[in-house]
Amino acid sequence: MNQVVDERPIDLLPTLLSFVHELRAVGIPVSMVEAIDAMSALRHTDLADRPGFKQALAATLVKNARHQGAFDVTFEVFFALHRPPPGAPTAEASREASPPGRGGDRSGMADLLEALLAALLQGDQEGLAAAARLAVELLAGMEPGRPVGGTYYLYRTLRQLDLEALENRLLEATLGDSPDLSDLERRLTAEDVTRRLEQLKEELRAEIRRRLVADRGREAVARTLRKPLLEDVDLMHATRDDLAEIESAIEPLTRKLAARLAQRRKRQRGGRLDFRRTVRRSLATGGVPLEPVFRAPRPHRPEIFLLCDISGSMATFARFTLQFVYAMSEQFSKLRAFAFIDSIDEITDFFEPGMEFAAVMARVTAEADVAWRDGHSDYGHSLEQFVDRYGSSLSPRTTVIITGDARNNYRPPRAELLAEVAAASRAFYWLNPEPKPYWDTGDSVMGAYTRHCDGVFEVRNLRQLEAFVEKVALPPKGRTRSVA
Amino acid sequence: MSLLPEDPAEVGRRLGEAGYLADQRIAQVVFLADRLNKPILVEGPAGVGKTELAKALATISGRRLIRLQCYEGLDESKALYEWNYKKQLLRIQADADHDWAQLEHDIFSEEFLLARPLLEAIQAREPVVLLIDEVDRVEVETEALLLEILSDFQVSIPELGTIRAHTQPLVVLTSNNTRELSEALKRRCLFLHIGYPDPTREQAILLARVEGIGEHLAAQVARVVRSLRDLELKKAPSVSESIDWARTLIALGYTDVDDPILADTLHVLLKYQADIEKAQKQLTVSGQR
Repeated sequence: MNQVVDERPIDLLPTLLSFVHELRAVGIPVSMVEAIDAMSALRHTDLADRPGFKQALAATLVKNARHQGAFDVTFEVFFALHRPPPGAPTAEASREASPPGRGGDRSGMADLLEALLAALLQGDQEGLAAAARLAVELLAGMEPGRPVGGTYYLYRTLRQLDLEALENRLLEATLGDSPDLSDLERRLTAEDVTRRLEQLKEELRAEIRRRLVADRGREAVARTLRKPLLEDVDLMHATRDDLAEIESAIEPLTRKLAARLAQRRKRQRGGRLDFRRTVRRSLATGGVPLEPVFRAPRPHRPEIFLLCDISGSMATFARFTLQFVYAMSEQFSKLRAFAFIDSIDEITDFFEPGMEFAAVMARVTAEADVAWRDGHSDYGHSLEQFVDRYGSSLSPRTTVIITGDARNNYRPPRAELLAEVAAASRAFYWLNPEPKPYWDTGDSVMGAYTRHCDGVFEVRNLRQLEAFVEKVALPPKGRTRSVA
Repeated sequence: MSLLPEDPAEVGRRLGEAGYLADQRIAQVVFLADRLNKPILVEGPAGVGKTELAKALATISGRRLIRLQCYEGLDESKALYEWNYKKQLLRIQADADHDWAQLEHDIFSEEFLLARPLLEAIQAREPVVLLIDEVDRVEVETEALLLEILSDFQVSIPELGTIRAHTQPLVVLTSNNTRELSEALKRRCLFLHIGYPDPTREQAILLARVEGIGEHLAAQVARVVRSLRDLELKKAPSVSESIDWARTLIALGYTDVDDPILADTLHVLLKYQADIEKAQKQLTVSGQR
């Protein structure tokens, strides 16, 4: 077996290189060493074994579970299976359906539905793939060279398949003949059906992709399929699915932030020499004080004040920052959170340990007293209130982080108040979810605030948030801001 | 020199015999790690059997398992080596009139070295499996300690020089992904993400690990657990929890699960009150339908 395997990777090299190139274009960092590893892994892999081949590449090239999805898509495009020409029933069906009137053929359609139903019922992967192939052939009406994306064809196919009817028929078929099933069984079966339909969609998507690749070549298709990686998704415009994924990625991030902040105190040895215990211990080594003992340093508890703009324009982002607070509140013993629109209110108490995030959100929306005049952001007034009510609890150990777009609706920014807050705290950071070029345009007053902050960061995606976490972790090298 | 079988499928079968049901992906990565002499970095949620994989590997290759449990604050003297300074001191006092140069040479020899897991794995005469467990718990700075071992299988001790491995250890690192590991570390490893198994595999795991469980109950447990994992929970039930649950059900004498039984035993599967409430709500909502 080995002799066969050893020969072939050489023809594979150009393909592998352009594959690596495409992965990098998508944003997955693949180093030189990893590409070489992939090559040597292939040397030990039976290339006819497709899953094995894929896994060999995945294990050597992708080192982050978050990138797995992007890798899968790229892999499918690059190493698309060249399926044998469709079997007998397909050929027949396609001949009947060949006049362009799409889906016009009744009997072809009925055959297709039967095949789909049978495959879905039996959970038969092969059968499902074959049926998906047939469906795309019959219904998608793909035209070579036409510059439309895969989504268009998928939509066309799905519209004619009528998944809802299919789902009902499936449910009937699985549940109908056994009426004495328990509620639990019924629910599980229903979930199974939904999941299988998802699988069908996935198969359809893959089949359409395969055809696109055959038509346009893999580099071109790969380019159109490039989607931002999770860490690059714009938080202001994230889809619901993206948000759910981002939320699950936030927790490790806050843990990292907590660790970094706590680390600074550990690095300095801290405590004074404990003379008594040092002498006591030296007795074990003949009176030579080999191991000096220090008093434990008093733990530095980082205090964090987080101020979130939760106004309409910030809705998506606010959800995300609050999620961040929620995750952080489990990391820091002293974290106080405030929400504001044109007036500010403390929301720390809503984040009790073990509380469901959705419940917290509901309470913040319903109970927090954040609207004063008209529900448009007013940073000046919010700051004034903050200084009034909470200013006295700021201390040189407090780090203040404010998140917002600094769109002040042409009201006075009151930057001097911000300077006051910054002077009373250890550090003051501003996270702005708007792209930097938009700052100070229109009603944005970012510039007025910037010079009083220790750091102003554009945070529009996870990657930038991570960068902020990194920067905050570095010990401040003297204050750079000019206190006005 | 490699101790594992010639092809991935065979590796998977042998792991199965050792009580670890590997899917095709896992078998493939293990096989490659052995061929390429590279460490495996196993990542995934808690309780999906990452540590078990290392143990099973030790079993099928007939090697000794050396385990380094990582924790915050782990340092060189706990992971790598430490000089046994008390013994050194005794030695100095024992022959005080000796020539200093000679003495210095004596006390910085391997005799006075306390080997910690990493050095132990390097020095072992027989090949070993080295498990570096929960590597995401150490600080980034400590991670650097591992790099020399992972890429060159050697340890540098300033007083002694470089100690090379007699035999190549098979290294498995596990991570719960509580933080991002450094690029340098990842680059040296093969990456394997182990997620929750699909119901068929989970059923097989239950059949193998839970005594007295029947096909029907195992399938049901696997399906219920998957359904729970689809809810947005703080801590989704892992394989270890589904095993616990299956054992509980058997201890209580059930052979079939329905809603009341699930509601009564939910606390075995879910560890947070909020999660339990959420799952119960799910039960009642669909019960009314």
